[in-house]
Amino acid sequence: MKETNNIAIELIDVERSFGTQQVLRKVNLVVEEGTTTVIVGPSGQGKSVMLKHMLGLLRPDRGQVLVYGQDLARLGKSQLNEVRKDYGVLFQNAALFDSMNIFDNVALPLRERTEFGEDEIRDCVEEKLALMDLDGVNEKYPAQLSGGMKKRVGLARALVMNPRIVFFDEPTTGLDVSRSNEIYRLFYQTQARLKYTAVIVSHDVPKIFKLADRVALIANGVVEGSMTPEEFQLSEDPNIRSFVRETMGPLYCSKEEETCGL
Amino acid sequence: MLEKIGDEVLYYLEQAGRMGIFLFTCLLNAVRPPYKISPIVRQIHFIGHRSVFVILFTGTFTGMVLALQGYYTLRRFGSEALLGSAVALALLRELGPVISALMVVGRAGSAICAEIGIMRNSEQIDALECMAIDPYKYLMVPKFIAAIVAMPLLTSIFDVAGIVGGYLVGVSMLGVPAGSYFQEMYRSVVWADVEMGLVKSLVFGLLIIWIATAKGFFLHLERSGGFGAEGVSRTTTSAVVLSSVAILVSDYLISAILL
Repeated sequence: MKETNNIAIELIDVERSFGTQQVLRKVNLVVEEGTTTVIVGPSGQGKSVMLKHMLGLLRPDRGQVLVYGQDLARLGKSQLNEVRKDYGVLFQNAALFDSMNIFDNVALPLRERTEFGEDEIRDCVEEKLALMDLDGVNEKYPAQLSGGMKKRVGLARALVMNPRIVFFDEPTTGLDVSRSNEIYRLFYQTQARLKYTAVIVSHDVPKIFKLADRVALIANGVVEGSMTPEEFQLSEDPNIRSFVRETMGPLYCSKEEETCGL
Repeated sequence: MLEKIGDEVLYYLEQAGRMGIFLFTCLLNAVRPPYKISPIVRQIHFIGHRSVFVILFTGTFTGMVLALQGYYTLRRFGSEALLGSAVALALLRELGPVISALMVVGRAGSAICAEIGIMRNSEQIDALECMAIDPYKYLMVPKFIAAIVAMPLLTSIFDVAGIVGGYLVGVSMLGVPAGSYFQEMYRSVVWADVEMGLVKSLVFGLLIIWIATAKGFFLHLERSGGFGAEGVSRTTTSAVVLSSVAILVSDYLISAILL
């Protein structure tokens, strides 16, 4: 694990309800700078809601979401935009702008947020697209690309401003094994190169553990853990245990397995 | 029962409040720098230029039917010579702004509502926000300015097409003298009539774009469920209906105030 003490994101007692349904009850989580935190959990337990709180798209009913020490709920729109300038986001369905071609999609943040000329923009965009092994797609539209390619374009767009924190919402959902591995490889390479803090919401257990410095489980609106993948798999916490057993089978839960090998 | 009525009232109040804040934010962003011209030009092309054909077509036929109906009515009183004046006044004050606005609702308003609704549904608006790009400034402002610029121009084109259509039927087919058609028009139309048409078209332009964009933008908050293709189609339909009603109601109110 990479050693670092700076806290990038901290959630303190975050609560959020929709109507009568309480989705988050006292969620606490710390994301350290430069690390990769993976949030796992069954569907419908509030993973995406938690992510939206970190992105400032939702505000908590109670509690705080601190990004580099700033409480997002207390920030005005322009201050929130300042915080978001450090963000890159890869959405579950990539959320590419479907009426723009691939080049314009990736170029948009540069055009809207920088004073770069078209030549500089072209260089930046092509560099990021090449990093994603995407050649010859500049003029295509998102609907003309496969799911895996869309995700790679989404990742190129997320990284084009060299963000400090990158969020991944289910980065491999809907992709086959080789396409998923491709996304993981690109993630690994780009993080090594750009040194960003990563927050990944994922179902892809246990594969995602390979990328994680920290793993947290969200179940019943509460976050359990935030520990290394090894600690997570060996945890005595009943919720984590049952999640691990459900997703990875009984292999990792047997006493013998825990005491020898791992 | 009381609780249900209360819920309804609260829902509509909340919706009205949301729409009001949305309009205010859009207008505020429109006057704030930075100003980018090219997205506005693109939207004027979409809302204005691409509506020209349908406006010319409907304008001509509206003028033609006005001349036809007007001629037979005026003939009863022996005042066919006033046909030009009747056609021009009806077009400039009422039919020009109202029908062209209804055409723009059908052509551009529905498309804009669906476009923004789909962007909301597919997280494209969230993506904009996360990239620190203000969706109001980036998406809404060019559309607002374009609608406010394009609507009076389209209305003027409609009026001219209608007057030509009226001429075709009244003068070429029904035999009203060409001189009296234009002479009467020139004599009876005053600046206040043109002004009323322009004020109406400006207000209608604002209403159309406000309702279309706000309905799309708040698609996910619709009580009937704004999800999926059906949600987009339902919201687009309701935006078209609401815009049409708003145009007719505000038409009456503006007429009552300006007359």
